[in-house]
Amino acid sequence: MDTPSGGLVRSHCVGTTAVVYASDYLNKLSGEKIERECRRQLKCGCRALVIDFSDTKLVNSIGVSILLGIIDVAEKSGARIVFSDVNNQTVELFDMLGLTRHVVLAKDEQEAVLNLSRFETTPVVH
Amino acid sequence: MEPSTQKLIHTFGALADLGQEIAGTGDFTEMVRTSLHLLLGTLALRRGAVVDCSGAGPLRCVAVWGLGEQAVNSFDIDEGEMESFLGCEIADSLVKNSSTANRFLTRHHDKLAHEGIELVVPMIVRGEVTGLVLLGGKASGEEFSNDDFETIRAMVRHIGVGIHTHRLLEQLAQRAGENRRLYDELRAIYRDTVRAFAAAIDIKDKYTQGHSERVGKYSEIIAREMGWSEEEVEGIQIAGYLHDIGKLIVDRDIINAPYRIDAKSSSELNRHPSAGYEILAPIRHPYADIPLMAKHHHERLDGRGYPDGLTDEQIPLGAKIVSLADSFDAMTTDRPYRRRRSFEDVVQDLRENSGKQFDGKVVAAFARAILKEVRGETKDRRITKMLGKSYLEGEHVETLLTDLIADLEADSHAKAQTF
Repeated sequence: MDTPSGGLVRSHCVGTTAVVYASDYLNKLSGEKIERECRRQLKCGCRALVIDFSDTKLVNSIGVSILLGIIDVAEKSGARIVFSDVNNQTVELFDMLGLTRHVVLAKDEQEAVLNLSRFETTPVVH
Repeated sequence: MEPSTQKLIHTFGALADLGQEIAGTGDFTEMVRTSLHLLLGTLALRRGAVVDCSGAGPLRCVAVWGLGEQAVNSFDIDEGEMESFLGCEIADSLVKNSSTANRFLTRHHDKLAHEGIELVVPMIVRGEVTGLVLLGGKASGEEFSNDDFETIRAMVRHIGVGIHTHRLLEQLAQRAGENRRLYDELRAIYRDTVRAFAAAIDIKDKYTQGHSERVGKYSEIIAREMGWSEEEVEGIQIAGYLHDIGKLIVDRDIINAPYRIDAKSSSELNRHPSAGYEILAPIRHPYADIPLMAKHHHERLDGRGYPDGLTDEQIPLGAKIVSLADSFDAMTTDRPYRRRRSFEDVVQDLRENSGKQFDGKVVAAFARAILKEVRGETKDRRITKMLGKSYLEGEHVETLLTDLIADLEADSHAKAQTF
């Protein structure tokens, strides 16, 4: 079930993967909400993050900086991160700035979750 | 879109946002934090910090992203190192080039590299290093290009000026606050001096000691009840303290006569409002009209007062308030030739003389203020203290006051309809 938390951010979990939905304009206000939600999900034990950009038309400089911060936090937590449904203009921006060196891009949320599930390890039972 | 065009649009957008952020009047720390985000996001730098180093000593972190605040604050800088930034090109501020003349980079090279800081850019305002911007590497893993350096230089300059301007405004606000405190202290000194004067005036009249102080307090209470501003209330309190200052020139024997004085002495005594005006007029009071309130506190609405025989609208409202406070205190304190009057008598006097001697609206305001104390609606019990606890006791007191207020308000309403 989708849960709007920290104001306008929608998110839900698929196993140990958290899917967080970015808003139409990723700026300081919405970026900080997404960042808080990602941190919360990681703290709750999520091992992977999908940030879904299906509603996102524009990402500004602050948005980029915040996304880099999320990538940093995820890396430090040992969690993987995938951006899904990113529009062409934003893909070009992320490519140009080098964000795509640190995240995997997926066509949509489904593909992102599927992609991440391949890496999920089954606990070994002795 | 060509990557170079897109980069240009992205950078322009960030510069526009930065200008807006710096020109804003919002929270200072938030402004610096947002500015840092804009800089990092423009070139996709993974970490950074803005630090204050307006003097030698430890760096003070103002905003940080992707770095530990404690780690940033653990750096320190000396005067020589600050100066060494002044002659450096931005390319000399690369941590990997720390063999250059930049002494700060040389000394802290290993620690900076350990924290992932690749570039240390000084914020220079009016030829002085006011802070540093510590920057991590690009997310792309590429080296900084000359274009990147230009962008960083422009944005850091903006941030530096923003911080500097904010500090100047803070200093201005601090100085304004200090001036305000000094002004308040001066006003307190002025008030204390005036109260000392009031005591000096009252000492001359052995039967009315404390009269000026009480008139000041009654005047303040009435003015506050009438909705005057705090500044105006303070002013009328001063006028109350000083209303009888002209008595200083009246013969002590006339003031202290233990009987009703004759016409000649009365004429001498009646000079005191004008004399008071002459004493007070040359003084630059911090409040308006104090000399006029002293001059006209014996005027009556019906024109039978003195010194000028003014009528209703000609009499300043402040003088009407002081007049009522003065008469009320005269009626409610013992005099050499009579005992003070009962509260019932006083209310009757106020009722009969409203519209003749006193302004009905002023009387009604005073009655409301007394009623609030009688009903215990205010913590302030100053009127009761001045009159003595037993003076306002008894169930009839509340009725007297409510009836008086109702009658005066009805009169006022009728008068308004006539006009």
